[in-house]
Amino acid sequence: MLRYFFIGLGLFLVGLFAVAGFRGQKSGKPPIEIFPDMDHQPKVKAQVPSSFFSDNRGNRLPVAGTVPIGYEAPRSKDNPFPDEGKYNGVRFTAGTDYLNTGRFGDQWGTGIPLPVTAELMQRGKERYQIFCAVCHGASGGGNGVAGQYGLVAIASYHQDRLREMADGEIYNTIVHGKNTMLGYGDRIPLNDRWAIVAYIRALQLAQTATINDVPAGERAKLEALPQP
Amino acid sequence: MANFFPRWANWIPLKLLLIVMVLGAVVTGGIWYYFTPKYTNVGYMPAQPAPFSHAIHAEQLGMDCRYCHSHVEVAGHSNVPSTQTCMSCHSQIKAQSPKLAAVRASWETGTPVQWVRIHKAPDYVYFNHAVHVNRGISCHSCHGQINEMPVVYQAQPLSMAWCLECHREPEKFLRPPSEIYNLNWRPASAQEQLAMGAQYKKEWNVNPPVTCGGCHR
Repeated sequence: MLRYFFIGLGLFLVGLFAVAGFRGQKSGKPPIEIFPDMDHQPKVKAQVPSSFFSDNRGNRLPVAGTVPIGYEAPRSKDNPFPDEGKYNGVRFTAGTDYLNTGRFGDQWGTGIPLPVTAELMQRGKERYQIFCAVCHGASGGGNGVAGQYGLVAIASYHQDRLREMADGEIYNTIVHGKNTMLGYGDRIPLNDRWAIVAYIRALQLAQTATINDVPAGERAKLEALPQP
Repeated sequence: MANFFPRWANWIPLKLLLIVMVLGAVVTGGIWYYFTPKYTNVGYMPAQPAPFSHAIHAEQLGMDCRYCHSHVEVAGHSNVPSTQTCMSCHSQIKAQSPKLAAVRASWETGTPVQWVRIHKAPDYVYFNHAVHVNRGISCHSCHGQINEMPVVYQAQPLSMAWCLECHREPEKFLRPPSEIYNLNWRPASAQEQLAMGAQYKKEWNVNPPVTCGGCHR
């Protein structure tokens, strides 16, 4: 009796492992839910579809013809900038002033409308390396890794057109893109955009800078670095 | 009076007892082994509408996690990139690739790509990405070596016991803020990790909740 029991049990276990497999096995099948109590609540969650709405979008788009709270409606009807008034998220673009658009009226403005501190530059550097360096390269020469994979017409910052470009226009390019570059306004919030503009200016300066441009207090640190 | 039962019948109760005990052990072991997210969830590797490879983008190209998951530092939800993020490069790179058909369709119609979610906490768990990545917990701690995955799969069980392992002893996992998105970073040694983690825990006043209300509201 026992012998048959153990033979049967062994066969059962072999069958079980054959069917159910082991922990951590890769599988495309949805996870088994043993106690699914309240795991799935019919609430709206970030980036999750919702059958409550007819288009099944959980994340709602602004209703056509409405203006989000905190957003200044465009002032003039005959506006040379077609993107004006386009919704970019309250946290991101919330007005028509220089800080939000990079321009005064219909002119590009220049200057960083935030206090340019060491922290802002560090932030700009970090954000630049996340979002911009992929194409424009770590030092802004337009030689980022994307170029090796077929992205063409990446602008180098080290050309007169971009050295002379107004800060506001660079800001606007970050938000809305330009030519083949798509906008990054949905990913880079307002302060970070200006931090990146400040860092791009620093990259441009660095191309033609000499040791004499470095404040006396900082030179020793630079000279201590290993020379390439 | 003759024996009704042969001699071997004396063993039947003992044998039955043994069978019941073995069966009990097998059932217990089976539940222990199978009725856990370590079995039900780990290794979940669904096919996606477009076969996105983290191995290519994060490792080979060296792109930062935040290029796509751009709001992970400020939001509870770590966003899946919008189609515009994909098209930032793929309007030119591999623009005709059949693998990107779903992305192009989304770009043309404005309908989101229906990415299949892999890492899911139950809806009564309020996990916040921002507080974790801003306080020394790397993507790697929960998502594994995702920068080397051609197809993403769930590497950790994301069970409550698993969460609590770290919430009780965060010093084992805290890492320098500069290395949060460097998934290849490893502490030099276990002792060094503990010393560093204990220091961060003190300096940042890391005090992860282990009460119900910390994660369940």
